[in-house]
Amino acid sequence: MTDFKIIVCAKQIPDPEAPLSDVRVDTEKMEVIVDAPLVISPFDENALEAAVRLKEDLGGSITVLSLGKKVSDTVLRKSIAAGADEVILLQDEQFEKLDSYSTATALADAIRKIGEFDLVLTGRQAGDWDSGQVGLILGELLGLPCISLARDIQVEEGSVVVQKSVPEGYERVKAPMPALITVSNEVGELRYISRTKMLKMMRGAKIPTWNAEAIGVKTEALRKMGIVTLSSPPDMGRDCQFIEGSSEEQGEKLTEVFMALR
Amino acid sequence: MSEVLILGEVKAGSPDTRTLELLGAGKKLAGEMGGEFSLLLMGEDVSGAADGALQYGPAHVYKMEHPLLQGFKPDLWVTALEQAYRKINPKVLLMSHSFVGMEVGPRISARLNSRLTTDCIELAMDPEDGLLLRTKPVSGGNAISVFKFQGEPQLATVRGKVFAAPEPGDATGEIQEIAAEIDESMIKVASLEIVKEDSVALDKASVVVAGGAGLGEEDGFELLEELAEALGHYFDNVMIGCSRVAVDKGWISSDHQVGLTGTMISPDIYVAVGISGAIQHLVGMVHAKKIIAINTDKGCNMFKVADYGVVEDYEDVIPALVEKLEELS
Repeated sequence: MTDFKIIVCAKQIPDPEAPLSDVRVDTEKMEVIVDAPLVISPFDENALEAAVRLKEDLGGSITVLSLGKKVSDTVLRKSIAAGADEVILLQDEQFEKLDSYSTATALADAIRKIGEFDLVLTGRQAGDWDSGQVGLILGELLGLPCISLARDIQVEEGSVVVQKSVPEGYERVKAPMPALITVSNEVGELRYISRTKMLKMMRGAKIPTWNAEAIGVKTEALRKMGIVTLSSPPDMGRDCQFIEGSSEEQGEKLTEVFMALR
Repeated sequence: MSEVLILGEVKAGSPDTRTLELLGAGKKLAGEMGGEFSLLLMGEDVSGAADGALQYGPAHVYKMEHPLLQGFKPDLWVTALEQAYRKINPKVLLMSHSFVGMEVGPRISARLNSRLTTDCIELAMDPEDGLLLRTKPVSGGNAISVFKFQGEPQLATVRGKVFAAPEPGDATGEIQEIAAEIDESMIKVASLEIVKEDSVALDKASVVVAGGAGLGEEDGFELLEELAEALGHYFDNVMIGCSRVAVDKGWISSDHQVGLTGTMISPDIYVAVGISGAIQHLVGMVHAKKIIAINTDKGCNMFKVADYGVVEDYEDVIPALVEKLEELS
């Protein structure tokens, strides 16, 4: 199966691990402003890792799709260094702040333009809007078998066999390919890549940019997220009392804290 | 008449807690729009659950019974729900942001070409245009957003424990059967087996000792186990928790994960060790009664939500703490 083809949809978002002090809610513009670099949404990184492992087993190629008004270098470099053969930037003014359904619509058109593939992988949800919809809607729009919350993916005799997280443990499910799979973090974190390797990999990579016209999406079908208001959450802060001293003294004082809470 | 339809879930022959909460949400919305609310139950035999649900005041309880609806087979549930929707034509369709709702919600949104908002913590009908105002935490909990979309059905999944179940009263509604036109050929994803795993019930813990990336290695959890054991002399239900990063690194299984995509908890005491406090983690534990943080980085988020903080290497503090706790027991 040398031409096994995996498409990974990866979204770029402001770093969700950024310190609270770097996060500001702009109620006027209705935007969460994070003073931190853009990163690949964590669950999408898990999806990319799953894809790289499959490629190690099966050969073939990985195409990363990233959609936005303007796609940053981060997504691109990191994806390629990890093992993606191609990163297609879906970039257009029209792609700004789309709702989940519209995002999936544009991704579906891009995937139809790509043509043949075996698997589409997405993260279970994005770290900015936490919506958890695009992957499954995309699967439905493409008429694919949909598997959510994957923690392990294997290809066996032309079918995909997935361990899917369920409340009581996991379920082993099997589907014909092509199929769509949303990936959860149990898959494991994206491998670390050295800067040298990153630069080397970048040289051979294909990085086309497609706009709305190129993928043939009906722009009148694209709708913006219907945000009415955006506000700060209630303050979660408490007054932290720091416990000082040597480790022994800290251990002792902490013990007193626990004893008082019994 | 305008109708709010709730997709219920049945547990041990009765509507589960979150279904009852959804009935509370449905009742509120029905009141606001001058309509009624109803419940849809799917399964092989949901008669008992349907009878039991009537006392909560729905105008209709729709039963979709079919042997293939036993257990949750997503392909069939989505198809059956689509069929039910087209017969009932409700204005609003709600489901729980549960394992079932997280899968069915987006897929039914695609089938019905209607916009969904997931994990809502408040719902209201806009009196101006009759559309559903959907309040949802976004950006991992950094902000709260209200969304509104055109079209029908108005579609949302709802977080647990935010609405109260309606008070039981006289059952005035009626039970109605809807046929599910489904068969085996509609199953695209086949279930091979369900493997049960022992998992920690973190939401039942009174004390959680949790570790994150700051532990530096998997072995760090051994020290946390020792601390949990020592605390066990004084507290019941002491359990081990973790951040998402610890799961990603393969140090611990995901049933220990606390946060937005793990378990949301509010124990009496939360001990955060080497967890810097990404917002998606904080929203899962910030309602703990007391929070104790141990971290080498004094500037990290966790100290901002903690009651007590120790800026020190956990490998030094925890052994000292364990020794003291053991000494006194």
